[in-house]
Amino acid sequence: MTIEASNLSFRYGEKPVLREVSFALTSGRFHALLGPNGAGKSTLFGLLTRLLALQQGELLLAGQSLKNQPAEAMRRIGVVFQQNALDLDLTVRQNLQYHAALHGLSRKEARVRGDRELERFSLLDRANDAVRQLNGGHRRRVEIARALLHEPSLLLLDEPTVGLDVASRRALNEHVRTLCEEDGMTVLWATHLIEEVRSDDRVLILHQGQLLADDKGQAICEAEGTRDLAETFHSLTGAG
Amino acid sequence: MKAAHYWHCFVGIQTREWLRFWQQRTRFASALVRPLLWLVVFAAGFRAVLGISIIPPYQTYITYETYIAPGLCGMIILFNSMQGALSMVYDRELGSMRVLLMSPLPRPFLLVTKLLAMGVVSIGQVYVFLLLALLVDVEPPLWGYLAVLPALILTSLMLGALGLLIATWIKQLENFAGVMNFVIFPMFFMSSALYPLWRMNEASPWLYWICQFNPFTHAVEAIRFSLYLEWNPMAYGITTGVTVVLALLATAGFRPQRTRILGTSRPA
Repeated sequence: MTIEASNLSFRYGEKPVLREVSFALTSGRFHALLGPNGAGKSTLFGLLTRLLALQQGELLLAGQSLKNQPAEAMRRIGVVFQQNALDLDLTVRQNLQYHAALHGLSRKEARVRGDRELERFSLLDRANDAVRQLNGGHRRRVEIARALLHEPSLLLLDEPTVGLDVASRRALNEHVRTLCEEDGMTVLWATHLIEEVRSDDRVLILHQGQLLADDKGQAICEAEGTRDLAETFHSLTGAG
Repeated sequence: MKAAHYWHCFVGIQTREWLRFWQQRTRFASALVRPLLWLVVFAAGFRAVLGISIIPPYQTYITYETYIAPGLCGMIILFNSMQGALSMVYDRELGSMRVLLMSPLPRPFLLVTKLLAMGVVSIGQVYVFLLLALLVDVEPPLWGYLAVLPALILTSLMLGALGLLIATWIKQLENFAGVMNFVIFPMFFMSSALYPLWRMNEASPWLYWICQFNPFTHAVEAIRFSLYLEWNPMAYGITTGVTVVLALLATAGFRPQRTRILGTSRPA
């Protein structure tokens, strides 16, 4: 699914958080949204997920305006939030069933799809465990499995590896890339960690609410005359 | 979206609320201590002070315990609704609210269903309280337990919507202590929950009118009359009207950016 954002601006009171941000995401590809803390990534996710109302600009999902067709858009978007959004006291399966119900799926459908996703993430044997009993990496996997239950074509992940160790971070990143390759999923992965981004990824660099770069990692480096993304990120944002 | 989608969503939200209730059943049981203290201790102390004459819906002289039991049912719902609404916007329920708001179904439907689900759990507590009240001889007619159900549902929706409206829009009341001092206690004490309004009128006419304008008074009266199988169109009418207005305001005016649902602290 394609996403087109044009001239997105957003302010909290008097404070501008996004300024004239425009980009287009390619269907079936992995995109990294790179920006230091406070760059405006979560606000952009808020707009894409309708948690924030558009103040200025336009968002088109598969050619349809998010403003005019919010239900259709939400049906096609899966989201993994930065903060945990699982019920820790409920089991993995109960969490998945709650999400499925919110998307209008019957218990039977929810069970079939839930088991399929848990199997894909090697978590089927933990289906009846309370989420509280899972480690951070497994919880994140459950959140991704949940985001995929209603078969979205766009997956938004807002700093999904926060709080995870290096091995879990790498495994999660690999998992999501596989979704793009095998299922043709469009992915927007927000992060401030350069090591989660590959040079052939499409990279959007956001800093102080402005989109400073939008191209393949390699191409951005060439344009900036830098050796790698870390150096590019540092020269553009002063961070990293 | 088809009707079946709405139905699955409705059932899913209710189920989750009951699952959480079951997980936290000790907390819910402890929430019954407050109204039971009022019923057993406060009512025993004040029984001699406050004589109750025969007033509708009662057919005879009643004990003070019998008088305040419907008000305490309202109190259970009042505390739960305010606490539930605050947790939707500020703390425990934030994760589930994020997931809730990602549903493609209309937001007002989701919010009202969520408020109803929280209300159903409160109503379960009210019934447990009414059963325990039998021990102090509060004995409404058997059919009263069924007849009171619509009034309990209306009250829980009305107070849940009020809680959501307050939690979303009044920044100063973002903790439970603030809500308790400025919403729960004034609503509870300036109502007919603890004393009949004619007595309030004798003491102070202006306080009497405040009580009359308090929607909680009418919710308590709707509970009281239906529990004793009497029809009170004014109490029901006002409670229904206020519920509709508050539910419309709370859902139409709901703005995630005024809450902590986005995961950031609320902007000024």
